[in-house]
Amino acid sequence: MTEPEKIIGVSFPRPDALRLAAGRGTFTDDIVLPRMVHMALVRSPYAHALIKSIDTTDANKAEGVVRVVTGHDLVEICSPFIAEIEFLPNMISPRQYALALEEVAWQGEGVCAVLAESRALAEDAAELVKVEWEELPAVVDPVAALTVGTPIVHRDLKTNLAMTMPIEEGNTKLAFAEAEVVVEHAFEFGRQAGVALESRSVVADFEPTGRQLIVYQSHQTPYQMQDVYARHLGLPEHHVRVIAKDVGGAFGIKLHAYPDEMTAVAASVLLGRPVKYIVDRQESFSSDIHSREMTASGRLAVSGQGIILGVEVDILSAIGAYSIYPRTSVGDGIQAVQFTGAPYRLPAFKGRVRIVYQNKTPCGAYRAVGQPIGCSIIEQLIDIAAAKLNIDPAEIRRRNNLNSDDMPLKAAGGLEFVNVSLNECLTELLAKMNYESLRRDQKEAQQRGVYRGIGLATFVEQTAVGAGLYGPAGVRVSAQEGCALRLDPTGLVRCSTSATDQGQGTLTGIQQVIAETLGVGFDDITVKAGDGGSTPYGGGSWASRGLAIGGEAARLAAIDLRGKILSAAAAIIQGSSENLTLVSGKIFDGAKFKMDLSELSEIVHFRQNTLPPDVDFEMNVIRHFVPREFPYFIANGIQASYLEVDIGTGGIKLLEHWVAEDCGTIVNPMLVDEQLRGGIVQGLGAALYEHCIYNEAGQLLTASLADYAVPLASEMPDIHVIHIENKASGTGLGAKGAGEAGTLGAPATIWCGVNDALRPLGAQVWKQPFTPAHVLQALHSRGSLHKVGEMFKN
Amino acid sequence: MTEMLSIKLIVNGIVVNKLVDPRQHLTDFLRSDLGLTGSHIGCEHGVCGACSVRVNGRVVRGCLMLASQSDGAEIETIEGLVESGDLNELMTEFVARNALQCGFCTPGILLTAAEIVAEDRCFSRQEIRNELSGNICRCTGYQAIIDAIEMVLIENMKKK
Repeated sequence: MTEPEKIIGVSFPRPDALRLAAGRGTFTDDIVLPRMVHMALVRSPYAHALIKSIDTTDANKAEGVVRVVTGHDLVEICSPFIAEIEFLPNMISPRQYALALEEVAWQGEGVCAVLAESRALAEDAAELVKVEWEELPAVVDPVAALTVGTPIVHRDLKTNLAMTMPIEEGNTKLAFAEAEVVVEHAFEFGRQAGVALESRSVVADFEPTGRQLIVYQSHQTPYQMQDVYARHLGLPEHHVRVIAKDVGGAFGIKLHAYPDEMTAVAASVLLGRPVKYIVDRQESFSSDIHSREMTASGRLAVSGQGIILGVEVDILSAIGAYSIYPRTSVGDGIQAVQFTGAPYRLPAFKGRVRIVYQNKTPCGAYRAVGQPIGCSIIEQLIDIAAAKLNIDPAEIRRRNNLNSDDMPLKAAGGLEFVNVSLNECLTELLAKMNYESLRRDQKEAQQRGVYRGIGLATFVEQTAVGAGLYGPAGVRVSAQEGCALRLDPTGLVRCSTSATDQGQGTLTGIQQVIAETLGVGFDDITVKAGDGGSTPYGGGSWASRGLAIGGEAARLAAIDLRGKILSAAAAIIQGSSENLTLVSGKIFDGAKFKMDLSELSEIVHFRQNTLPPDVDFEMNVIRHFVPREFPYFIANGIQASYLEVDIGTGGIKLLEHWVAEDCGTIVNPMLVDEQLRGGIVQGLGAALYEHCIYNEAGQLLTASLADYAVPLASEMPDIHVIHIENKASGTGLGAKGAGEAGTLGAPATIWCGVNDALRPLGAQVWKQPFTPAHVLQALHSRGSLHKVGEMFKN
Repeated sequence: MTEMLSIKLIVNGIVVNKLVDPRQHLTDFLRSDLGLTGSHIGCEHGVCGACSVRVNGRVVRGCLMLASQSDGAEIETIEGLVESGDLNELMTEFVARNALQCGFCTPGILLTAAEIVAEDRCFSRQEIRNELSGNICRCTGYQAIIDAIEMVLIENMKKK
């Protein structure tokens, strides 16, 4: 049997799944170290206030307290940080400290840390810390944040406007003047939290005699954090090692450098003892990054045949008190504009995003960063246009979808495309969902007074960002991924990768890529990841890059190791390596079996004396990959929702959901399906339930899982997944990434589905999430649809 | 200084005699005093279900019960249930269809799932979904979990 075994494309279960199911995972809170102390924080109760004084006398005397630390103590050993982007010179960003010094800018900002023998004792003592506050007016509403005379979040910045970015391509003025139909819609998107079920957690262990720092952290990218801790704590980078063991969900939440985690690590340096800090759920809601708080106005110009002539979109993105370090908080708003209309041919595009600071929790990159907003805006506009022209929503999308004739393309929003399969996805989706029959069902239901809607959402997804983003941005985040392979004496292989895995199954996929490329069995490989000190340097996991980039690095490493193995084999059998192959751990010359890999492995490790002197016996390889010729991959697809709106209660019931998606080469179909399903449910949560609500004083009112509703099993529909597989160009593997597609497209299906259901009643929703109250509000204000005001002013 | 309370209970079949802080909740006690880290703390206000354990045969939220209230109780955690083999069929199906991703919620979900299976009757998919609505999973979207439980129910019916 010399046929290579098919491993890529097969649904292998994850080798680590049973361990996790059995409760044998090691999450950061499971780690206990000798002499470890626990940290609790005193956080600001006000959205905006001056710290007049901090009295720690009583706290210092409390039971079990080891040390009480203020911002002034920490600033001695931990330098402040500013999150900026070099290619956005007009962006302004405030300086941030691990613990606030003189002023707090959001309710929940840390001001004092108590270190004690247990968390409970630390919390007791934190209550004894006396802070004298002077409350300042809070900036809460994003529009008010830009009005004359508004309070300023950071007085030294003199404005709340972090930046403005205009994008213009083609002549929209002309397009709108000549259009048969112009439609418009105003949008509000609620602020969301990410809600990883394991909260952010860190155990920092500083060894003062050798000045060595080990940090166990629930994080997506240990390499980035090594760089952050080394620079801000003044330690040589090779003295800092960050280890992410099992991570209980991340979704972008665990991608940033948070001041509270910095405080815990700095406290360990200060004390010379291990410090554990576990963010509790309430702290998690007020201090994990939020995202997606935006208002938008959109206009669409189409011809009589429904062909898009021009798009205008104006977005106001509110990012809270700080631009989150080190990646900044502007990506959400920028991508929201760039992705408005991205799947379609846009002859003319005019967009703008304004990004404002406010006295709320800082925002940052959460799964699908801004793309769901752009998708929701254009899909809603195109549905309104279709209804006006009496064109079916599926048909108007087909007429405007980018297709292979348009490739390659640098689109109006700035996106670069190499290939798309939007029409193939649409065709497959409509067939799978039985579109025509659903439309009949919808009509029939309406005659019974039951309002059902079909929502379609075409999307393109930017995945696996390469060297072209953070490099020019001057942000110290690696776009490469690395893979090291080692052949052990028994012929088994150890892989060490820079890609990290928070449950997606990335490591399983990498194992499959290596097994097939190298020519060994799936079970003959183990994969290690998450240790920033001993794995190849890389980016980690974010932006759907694990398989697309980490998988390609693994493929290159496997090719190299295979070459080494076969040339050693040639020397051992005293032949040429030309016709040698390695299949399922056996070496063949043509069709003829020559030796087991285990036999070769034993020779190169223990019997080098039998080898001629020029034979390469070093069976270790390390390879890296970074996309340089192209900035990112573009995955694409379409989702559909069938739902029912109860016009009496405003309740929305999800009946069924479909997705047809092209993420390039599919390494493990089951794991891709589950990425899509999990992502879709997060997107459905965004559309229906999830909302960080603040009062006018900037107090967060939804700081528990009882108040911030995430999707539950009982409310979610079954989700049908269809794959179209067009290999990505630019890598041998051809995977594009699939981590965010679900979250990207799902909210737009609900925007479109709910408004499809309400259209016969002349009503439209405009405010996400679509709570029953908002649906009823939309029904009561029917006829007076939510119009846009003047765009691009101020 | 708080006065500690003495409790005696059975945890995974072993008699345990400990002094506990009156305010300590059961999951904190199991995790930090007994090293049973398979039960996880997701919210500490009884919503997420990651801390689920069996107390006297019924699944409860360990974060909503004080350790001192467990005096005299018989407690089973994920560790004990895995060792006894009670969860074997469920775990096999969960792994086979990737009904877990990060795995943080999974021990709690398996306990709820085992309660469903133990009812020994037919469940519709929606009924399984309703039963599971006290356990939050942020990764999977739930469908694979429903599939896995449904499969175990079907297999059990076939055995009859």
